[in-house]
Amino acid sequence: MKTAERQFTTISGVPVEPVYGPGEYRNPEPGDFPYTRGIHRDMYRGKLWTMRQFSGFATPEETNRRYRYLLEQGQTGLSVAFDLPTLMGYDADHALSEGEVGKCGASISSLEDMEILFRGIPLGEVSVSMTINSPAAVIWAMYLAVAEQQGVEWSMLNGTLQNDILKEYIAQKEYIFPPRESMRLVTDTIEFGARNTPKFNPVSISGYHIREAGSTAVQELAFTLRDGMEYVEAALERGLAIDDFAPRLSFFFNAHSDFFEEIAKYRAARKIWAHAMRERYGAKNERSWKLRFHAQTAGCSLTWQQPYNNVVRTALQALSAVLGGAQSLHTNSLDEAYALPSEHAVTIALRTQQVLAYESGVASVADPLGGSYFLERLTLDSESAANEYIGRIDAMGGMIAAIEAGFPQTEIALASYRYQCEVESGQRTIVGVNRFQSDEPPIELLQIDEGAGERQIAKLAALRSRRDNGRVQRSLDALRRAAEATENTMPYLLDAVRAYATLGEICEALRGVFGTYTETSHI
Amino acid sequence: MKPPIRVLVAKPGLDGHDRGAKVIARALRDAGMEVIYTGLRQTPEMIVNAALQEDVQVIGLSILSGAHNAIVPRVMELLREKQMDDVKVVVGGIVPDQDATALKAQGVAAVFQPGASLEGIVNFIRGATNTAI
Repeated sequence: MKTAERQFTTISGVPVEPVYGPGEYRNPEPGDFPYTRGIHRDMYRGKLWTMRQFSGFATPEETNRRYRYLLEQGQTGLSVAFDLPTLMGYDADHALSEGEVGKCGASISSLEDMEILFRGIPLGEVSVSMTINSPAAVIWAMYLAVAEQQGVEWSMLNGTLQNDILKEYIAQKEYIFPPRESMRLVTDTIEFGARNTPKFNPVSISGYHIREAGSTAVQELAFTLRDGMEYVEAALERGLAIDDFAPRLSFFFNAHSDFFEEIAKYRAARKIWAHAMRERYGAKNERSWKLRFHAQTAGCSLTWQQPYNNVVRTALQALSAVLGGAQSLHTNSLDEAYALPSEHAVTIALRTQQVLAYESGVASVADPLGGSYFLERLTLDSESAANEYIGRIDAMGGMIAAIEAGFPQTEIALASYRYQCEVESGQRTIVGVNRFQSDEPPIELLQIDEGAGERQIAKLAALRSRRDNGRVQRSLDALRRAAEATENTMPYLLDAVRAYATLGEICEALRGVFGTYTETSHI
Repeated sequence: MKPPIRVLVAKPGLDGHDRGAKVIARALRDAGMEVIYTGLRQTPEMIVNAALQEDVQVIGLSILSGAHNAIVPRVMELLREKQMDDVKVVVGGIVPDQDATALKAQGVAAVFQPGASLEGIVNFIRGATNTAI
């Protein structure tokens, strides 16, 4: 196409000028409020980002082997992927779990599975992130119980529970209970964490899935930060003091393909959050002001065609996350448009991070792109566009009200359709898909053993006959009573998992009290 | 003028990733078809019942979780039981080549893998239902 006919926009559709010049872009130093340039003055010289590959498949036994492999290869933290039955609060032997056990992650139905998952992994030393939302409080109780068994004090535990239910209603749709009841469970974990696990992040407020669902960069930024504010407001309403829990709120963003737009997004996120925490919520502790985030390269950008190109895409996306000051990073594997990654593919993905960290030199300087006319302009524009969205959601009465009105869902669906039409018309190029096509030999993929489901079901049957079923029932009854009242459910969840009540049994008890949620679909 | 093609876009299984299903639903509607979207977490029974109630010519199943080998054969079986063999079933999502071949052998009309164009899907459905453009 000739230049005159082409439209120059970011991948999110923001118009881009041919060149940018000097402007009023004076930001405080890295480590200074509002942290646009990063939350640490010495940035990665002080501590490199955590290399944390999201991983889990088949049985906990097989996933445990993958974790030990990744740690041997120099990975510095773990990130657990659970399968769909676990994410939806069903045991492996539930009718709806058929065909899904172990497919998208590790199958966890009871404390026994969790014990196997972390066998030989010292939870006092390795930080663990867990991608679980609706049943997050239950899985966290299992994790805390495994730590007890290992003799690790809860106060020593480092890690993150995703536990971000709002983005489930908005984008990923793995919800069980209605929004307000779910928020109560999230607030229970924030409160419990503030008292018992000072080094653990009870929530990872996630834009990743919002972006994967097709949002623009600004929508990802705005909806995620507004979700964060919703959690803050729920915890304040519970009676917690802002500085007692805010330092442990963490974030999770997508690292998509538009290089500068992404870096601007991270910088704007820190700035907006710092101002909101200090001015909107009156936080006094500077740790409450600092937005810490994990980034994952964009799964939705990976192509099935010419899969080796995905290594290049991922490297560029990872570079944007590092230049944007991420605290932790997952790099996707080249085969993830097809399947969960093979060991070979995940090793290349991890090596990509190691090349960035140890060869490229980008980790030596804080905010190395600070002062770029283009980046500073994009940062300011992202900030104002996101603040406008946040204002609209405030006017609707907050994020839960906006979700109930279908607002973020509809905005995302419109954006994703617009993007797809741009790809379809050729206005947007995807190398190997709508231009530069060629045939490639097939790549070797990870095969999930179809027997994983049967093994999980057999293990569960043995557990149900071995355990003290009277104790299980008593613990579930106590949990129901706590859920019906206003008590924090965490101590009751801990009692139930210690009695080897299963995830499905516990979620069923909670479904009985809270009810379930079905969305009204908008197309 | 022929009546518009009626399509049921369905999202079976536990997976909630509905970006593809929604984009397809909108594209088919923009192409002049009547589209009914089931929403999430439909069992094969619910999908076939909806197809019967809505009298559709085409069922589009969106599956990204790897559960297609358990779900799709059950849908095909139910369609045969209810003598709805004339309803065309198309599958979209993350379906490896060998699974796609096996599903087609069971009567699935087409499997659209990642990167499939909207235009290609629309044209296939038009051709499969023998409706002039």
